Amino acid sequence: MASIVFAILFYLATLLFVVGVFYRISVYARTPAPLKIPTTPAPTTTGGVVLRMTREVVFFESLFKANLWIWSMGWLFHASLALVTLRHLRYFTDPVWGWITFIQPFGVYAGITMLLGLCGLWARRLFVERIRYISTPSDHLMLVLLIGIAASGLMMKFAVHTDVVAVKSFFLGLMGLDVRVLPSDPLLFIHLFLVVSLLVVFPYSKLLHAPGVFFSPTRNQTDNPREKRHLSAWAAKLESEK
Amino acid sequence: MADITAPAYRTIPIVPALKPGAMEGKGPFVASDKINEAIGFPGQLVEDWHDKAIAKMGDLLSKYRSLKVYMDACVHCGACSDKCHYFIGTQDPKNMPVARQDLMRSVYRRYFTLPGKMFPKLVGARDLTREVLDEWYNYFNQCSECRRCSVFCPYGIDTAEVTMAAREILDSVGYGQKYSNEIIGKVHKIGNNLGLPGPALLDTLEGLEEDVKDATGVDVKFPMDVKGAEVLLITPSADFFAEPHIDSLIGYAKVFHATGTSWTLSSMSSEAGNFGMFIGNYDQLRAIAMRIRQAALELGVKRIVVGECGHAWRVAYSFWNTLTGVGDGADANDRFAQMLQKQLDHRYKQPTHICEFTWDMIQDERLSFDKSKNDKHIITFHDSCNVARGSRMGDYAGGQFEIPRNIIKACANNFVEMDPRTTREQTFCCGGGGGLLTDDLLDLRVKGALPRMEVLQQVKDEHGVNFMATICAICKAQFTKVLPIYGFDRKLVGGVHQLVSNAIILGEDK
Repeated sequence: MASIVFAILFYLATLLFVVGVFYRISVYARTPAPLKIPTTPAPTTTGGVVLRMTREVVFFESLFKANLWIWSMGWLFHASLALVTLRHLRYFTDPVWGWITFIQPFGVYAGITMLLGLCGLWARRLFVERIRYISTPSDHLMLVLLIGIAASGLMMKFAVHTDVVAVKSFFLGLMGLDVRVLPSDPLLFIHLFLVVSLLVVFPYSKLLHAPGVFFSPTRNQTDNPREKRHLSAWAAKLESEK
Repeated sequence: MADITAPAYRTIPIVPALKPGAMEGKGPFVASDKINEAIGFPGQLVEDWHDKAIAKMGDLLSKYRSLKVYMDACVHCGACSDKCHYFIGTQDPKNMPVARQDLMRSVYRRYFTLPGKMFPKLVGARDLTREVLDEWYNYFNQCSECRRCSVFCPYGIDTAEVTMAAREILDSVGYGQKYSNEIIGKVHKIGNNLGLPGPALLDTLEGLEEDVKDATGVDVKFPMDVKGAEVLLITPSADFFAEPHIDSLIGYAKVFHATGTSWTLSSMSSEAGNFGMFIGNYDQLRAIAMRIRQAALELGVKRIVVGECGHAWRVAYSFWNTLTGVGDGADANDRFAQMLQKQLDHRYKQPTHICEFTWDMIQDERLSFDKSKNDKHIITFHDSCNVARGSRMGDYAGGQFEIPRNIIKACANNFVEMDPRTTREQTFCCGGGGGLLTDDLLDLRVKGALPRMEVLQQVKDEHGVNFMATICAICKAQFTKVLPIYGFDRKLVGGVHQLVSNAIILGEDK
């Protein structure tokens, strides 16, 4: 029974996630940026923009300039999350790719540092007056959700083990449209349910910062307004109407 | 306003404690029917303002990717929360960039997102009530669109874009700001922000010629409406009469004279400033910029040079090519832009900042200086926000920081920097930019100047700085007003070309 429920949940959640994120990205891509507004000093070439964006996405350059506390906690969380997510690919690949086998031990530590980063971020939200002021209930809930995912996952690793072979079989089955049996462990159910929730809220929440950053005109525009005329379709119409 | 006093310096510049509501109801005067209608906005708040405002917001969300992405992407991390000079000076939490954006984001969530429609409380979504609209008016007119927050945001969210959108929505429902809208009316009617008619301008320029002749013995000209001149100078109208602005205008004229450049001003287009940007209205922005295109075409000039003005340079550098074709690189079949671009001389950047012009001439050794003429000054440089974060000079990223400093060092001996956390891309706004340079906002302006005044005090104490050079008409006017309130001499602020003017060697009168 639980296997069928989770199978349906995962199919729906994945569908919502993929369609939702693609829809958002298509809206961002279709919406024109009529004026050149890079935050200067900005790169003057496309190559420079790629570098700037890479520094921004990989190292959180602007955040580093802004606040070392938020940067260290935020970067720790995101880098750990990336490792943990990659580590989880072992549940979806058979045979497991070599480099995923290689990162397994690091992925475990990353689970712990991910939790630390999240707790640090939440502590800021709770104890720093001005950050508490700007926080909405959903900001706290999002952290609770992620902390729940990390904590339930770590507990399965270190305290109450689940049958990972069966879990893997379940997900490999799902990928082939075949519902197999999922171990009946409460912790696993919690972990998976929270992950489903994360997939569902992603396209409707502030988690859109992930695709959004690539479309931010202040970061992704080249600084060459004098060299090349930049004109959006709706602005060009103003000229033909004359 | 005798009751306006300077806030105390922070002993260590720590983040101030919050004072909720400190700046509530301290927004600027609302524009009158006459002022609004003169530039095509509803005279006063329309009856169906709620629906109109939401519709306008939807329209802007579909026209500006910046707004759309910035409404979605913020995670409330707080990186920007202590970066705004108005927050630092007023301690009002709604002057934190993220909180200012949230005034609009909360409404966006309520009307344009599923969670906001279903669970408004959970995601901090709000109905657009009259109170919310008033709050918009109040706090979106306490942002100078300086973009300091956008430097630090991990997603580059630019509060200026949000402020511009909010003001555009407010204007569209008849809730405009007096100062900005009145000025825009003057530009359309007379050709400059100050409403100086052509004959008055001519008079002023003749007076200047006499003054310079008396002071130097040289016939430096201030030509107006000269067809076929090489350079059209577009400068903020404050340069024509305000102190210390006028000293920089004299500086430009001396540079043109000393380099033998034929140049002219235009009586029809006698304003570099473009308040259309401040109110986020593309049509106004474009219409005001079109005057420059028209003047350039009519006078047949080869180059367009822009005087010392911060946001004007942002508009000129970043937007003119888009708005009017003043620039390079238009498509061959783009007749509108080609018409002008064919006329311009593309050996030079179009448009050119006066600092780029002067620095090029210095490098070509066509200018010489007696640096000792500036020895009475110990100089520091205030980067103007719109130049620093919304434009560039020269051929490389960051030229807008180096070129003005290079000019100062070429014509003066004593130069020191202020705290690096307050200069270059991290510079603080003077406190009067973005359409806030009005006496009904003086309290805000004084408080917003706090972070700059703190570090100015530092270099004054440590190095005896007695001159803060800057290249923005608003900075000059704002500092002239607030410096005395902080206990400085009002003459401490001046233009870069004021220093050029002091030291330039004009040679023999021909």
